[in-house]
Amino acid sequence: MKYIYDLHKTMLRQNLILVYEGEFTQEVTKSVLAMAERNMDSFGEDSSVKRKVFNVMVECLQNICKHAESFDVETYGKNNAIFMIGKYDEAYVITSGNAMPNEKVPSISRKLEEINLLDKEGLKELYKSIIKGSDGLSPKGGAGLGFVDMARKSGQKLRFDFEPIDEHLTFFSLKLTISRVKGAGGD
Amino acid sequence: MEITNIPGTEDTPQVVLNKADGVFEISGRSLPEDAAEFYEPIISWIEQYEKQPNPTTSFMFKLEYFNTASSKLILDVLSALEAVSGVKIVWYYHEDDEDMEEAGQEFSELVDVPFEFKTY
Repeated sequence: MKYIYDLHKTMLRQNLILVYEGEFTQEVTKSVLAMAERNMDSFGEDSSVKRKVFNVMVECLQNICKHAESFDVETYGKNNAIFMIGKYDEAYVITSGNAMPNEKVPSISRKLEEINLLDKEGLKELYKSIIKGSDGLSPKGGAGLGFVDMARKSGQKLRFDFEPIDEHLTFFSLKLTISRVKGAGGD
Repeated sequence: MEITNIPGTEDTPQVVLNKADGVFEISGRSLPEDAAEFYEPIISWIEQYEKQPNPTTSFMFKLEYFNTASSKLILDVLSALEAVSGVKIVWYYHEDDEDMEEAGQEFSELVDVPFEFKTY
């Protein structure tokens, strides 16, 4: 049973205040948001930091709900993924990891790279061009704005990584940082 | 006209559309799983209202938070309001919420409807 202690130590070392592993639904999203909010309220986190964390969390969690692919539906449920929040003196770090079909990797990777090349104004223009585009929501109910919005709200580059799983799936990791320092963020 | 009064929940906003009392507002949080389904009746209501609107209409948005899927639908609500004569949007934002202020400004640049900004 040493893995329990090891996991606990890892969580403390990584300053993780919340880890959720499992199936993601709107109900889970609401619970995770409520827990994170309570946690931030309990030590009187600044309201603008709290709003940004909440915002980035929602987009991240709803992306998983809509797009994560399961390794094995029978064992792990339909969109099994991991979501974590780390709290440091100077920032919150929100990370997520989920499997996705290999064929989606190039387009997601391109989109994230494109976003990371843009400054604040560039992100605003991209956001406006997507929102006023004639396409409605995707069949999965997304607006195609999640990553752009995460980049805008966090004010920092999106860090990401793709790890091959097998001939069908790739593990996608995403890391977002939200500064707790007043006047930080931006570019 | 029929009154729409949808109480807010932890992931959907409160919506009041009342022609007789001249109250039109969307407030609270908007992060529904299916944003299109939530906003569709609101847009239909406005399309009906637009045929015989009050002489003036102040449509209030007082949102604490909305997700990106909702933002697309909020733009659709605003676009439907473009057809209402004598309409004005009153966009409330918390005084220290720059993101919500900026979101309102961006919407005001995307539609042809007068906006008034207020803090709470």
